[in-house]
Amino acid sequence: MRALRRTALALIAVATLCAGAADPGDRLHDPAEEARARALFRDVRCLVCQSQSIDDSDAALAHDLRQLIRQQVAAGRSDDQIRTFLVSRYGQFVLLTPKASLGNAILWVGPLLVLVAGATAFAARRRSLPSEPQNLTAEEEKTLAKLSREKSA
Amino acid sequence: MIDELGQFALALALVLSIAQVALSAAGRLRRDAALAGAGEGAAMATFAAVALGFFALIHAFVTSDFSVMNVAENSHTAKPLLYKIAGAWGSHEGSILLWCLILTGYGAVMAASRRLPFGLKASAVATQGALGALFIGYMVFASDPLQRIGLLQMPVEGNSLNPLLQDPALAAHPPFLYAGYVGFSVVFSLSVAALIAGRVDPAWARWIRPWTLAAWSLLTIGITLGSFWAYYELGWGGWWAWDPVENASFMPWLLGTALLHSAAVTEKRGALASWTALLGIGAFTLSMMGAFLVRSGVLTSVHAFAIDPKRGLLLLVILGVAAGAALALYAWRAPTLKDEAAFTPISREASLFLNNVLFAAATAVVLIGTLLPLIRAAIDGTPISVGPPYFNLTFTALVAPALIVLPAGPLLAWKRGDLPGVLQRLWVAALIALGAAIATLALVSPTNALAACGVALGAWVIAGALAEAAERVKLFRAPWAEVGRRAAGLPRGAWGMTLAHAGIGVFALGAAFQGAWRAEGAEALSFGQTMHLAGYTLRLDQAGSLFGPNFEAERLLVHVSRPDGTTLCEAAPERRMYAAGGQVVSGVAICPTLLDDMYVVSGERRAAANGGSTFLIRAYWNPWVRLIFAGPLLMALGGLLSLSDRRLRFALTSRVGIARARQPAAAK
Repeated sequence: MRALRRTALALIAVATLCAGAADPGDRLHDPAEEARARALFRDVRCLVCQSQSIDDSDAALAHDLRQLIRQQVAAGRSDDQIRTFLVSRYGQFVLLTPKASLGNAILWVGPLLVLVAGATAFAARRRSLPSEPQNLTAEEEKTLAKLSREKSA
Repeated sequence: MIDELGQFALALALVLSIAQVALSAAGRLRRDAALAGAGEGAAMATFAAVALGFFALIHAFVTSDFSVMNVAENSHTAKPLLYKIAGAWGSHEGSILLWCLILTGYGAVMAASRRLPFGLKASAVATQGALGALFIGYMVFASDPLQRIGLLQMPVEGNSLNPLLQDPALAAHPPFLYAGYVGFSVVFSLSVAALIAGRVDPAWARWIRPWTLAAWSLLTIGITLGSFWAYYELGWGGWWAWDPVENASFMPWLLGTALLHSAAVTEKRGALASWTALLGIGAFTLSMMGAFLVRSGVLTSVHAFAIDPKRGLLLLVILGVAAGAALALYAWRAPTLKDEAAFTPISREASLFLNNVLFAAATAVVLIGTLLPLIRAAIDGTPISVGPPYFNLTFTALVAPALIVLPAGPLLAWKRGDLPGVLQRLWVAALIALGAAIATLALVSPTNALAACGVALGAWVIAGALAEAAERVKLFRAPWAEVGRRAAGLPRGAWGMTLAHAGIGVFALGAAFQGAWRAEGAEALSFGQTMHLAGYTLRLDQAGSLFGPNFEAERLLVHVSRPDGTTLCEAAPERRMYAAGGQVVSGVAICPTLLDDMYVVSGERRAAANGGSTFLIRAYWNPWVRLIFAGPLLMALGGLLSLSDRRLRFALTSRVGIARARQPAAAK
């Protein structure tokens, strides 16, 4: 629970100290640019917080990063350029979406392997299906009905 | 005095749990009922001893006995009684004691059960005893909840009065969560016992069913409570963040859900036997892993591996020993298990199989996403982040197909299903889903097709679940008297399934709607100024100071009016400053309507240009958010309803038996 408490406190610190990304004083004038910046914020980790994006957090560093991204958006740089810039400065850790790389491949390959294994098991089971069972003859049906009547009586 | 008695009782519990293992194992090997009976007695005695220790800790918290380190660090004289008691499981040591209490409690109930056959029961009681010995041993040697402190360090009032954790939902959250986590321990023990015996059969699947249902339902409630607390207490307007601590509790739930469904196949058709046993081991393994990840502090910060390395490592060893032994046993015995029942691609089994593959893959997503940052950091030192963008996309992609197939599953016959017939019975549900999608596009937003699909999916699952129930009672196809008779005659398990399936649909509906159309706004307002959000108008009316027992607060009054101008509420968000800890905590003000929330948070006061002051107001409009919490509660209710099914209590195997069991009850 100590860990939970620490998480909670960290969340509280960021959730309550300030208004977060929506602070009206910081917004860009162009709503489209602001929306693009907000979308980027959600993918950028607040490096000093615990598993939070800079969109949710208002640690001082998160605020600085937001302003940095807003400046770059206003300067007309593309999302990819901004991401590359952030990674060159802070490392891969800063992006919440893991990069598609060999080291991260397991993120997508792992669940896929589970699906493939499932499909294989399913196919194997289907092959081992015995031949179509014969339908009961009318006489057998009658006997069966009689038996179940006796049992439920 | 009571504290020392408690410590003694816990040490005694360790000895008793070891005796439980030895006696049950010896009884099993020698086929000696008296020895095995003594093992069962030891299981009950272990529980009694742990309960005594737990009582001693509660007593120390209630009487604010600050000579106990745990109480000194985690309690305060000014806490209300409920939170003094809840403080007993608020610390690492206390929560491990709660874990042991529930673990041995389940063990005692299993030992008292008279339905299990001799050999299986003795092995299971021995296994449960071994789990108990591992965790009680950890508690006694590395995590003593009743340790005394020196007289000089003894505080006068206690150190912790964390206001955020003083909350009813959070007080109840750990007991439910642990009751769920640890409930899977019995399934684990029964799986190990079945593997030892080399028999995983329909009877075994029926024995694990009540335990799985109980664990799954309680875990559902526990996770929902935690999510609800995070929603209304933390002031961020969201309800799930894919935080590693959340993921740790979610993984056993996902695998437990798969287990519930695969056990149904094993019970009814004898198929998937070895897979069900593997899930039985896996669910508790993930529970233990969750405990390790959260307890050791590995997860809360990726920068520091193991806050308390010694204890973290010990928990990892326990996890390795328990899960390693069980999985080794599985690898050895699974190939010998009989699992011959075959099924066609269109059958109830096949649909449940698909559910299992998708839920296993979803578990893999959460597991890999949570652990990969740790693994990468350990292997090549590259810190990476796996955050909500990954989880949202991958998880949804796997769960959406499961929800699409869900309504068809219960309508398909075992062995060989009739797909056209099933689809024919689902046309009303399909029409409702289509209608929901069109209504969403027309009334809410014509551009957000993805969200409309989500809404349609939720409606499809709810309508499909109800269609299946209607089918069973022959609604509109038989006279009302017969419908009533059929409804009364349906086993509770069937109603439970309907409720749980409708619950996941309700949740999906809420999550899709809230996710797509939540609105967020923030403005710095001075008195009389307004801001607009989702058609609602928020006007800052006044601000006042407020003095609580241990905090000073600034309370704003925000008048919220509906689009038509009528008043929705007077929201009163607060910013509390706690002098003792120096914390600033915002009290969220939530104005609920039937399904939606207007969620208002007050921010800091700022000097305005004209010399007055403005207040930063943040507000979230959360449409249909109620469904997000109501859905899981319906699911848990469904699980508990199934649990109350007579078939589970009396272990009757045939429908004839059920009919007979009902007759005396009806006669009363």
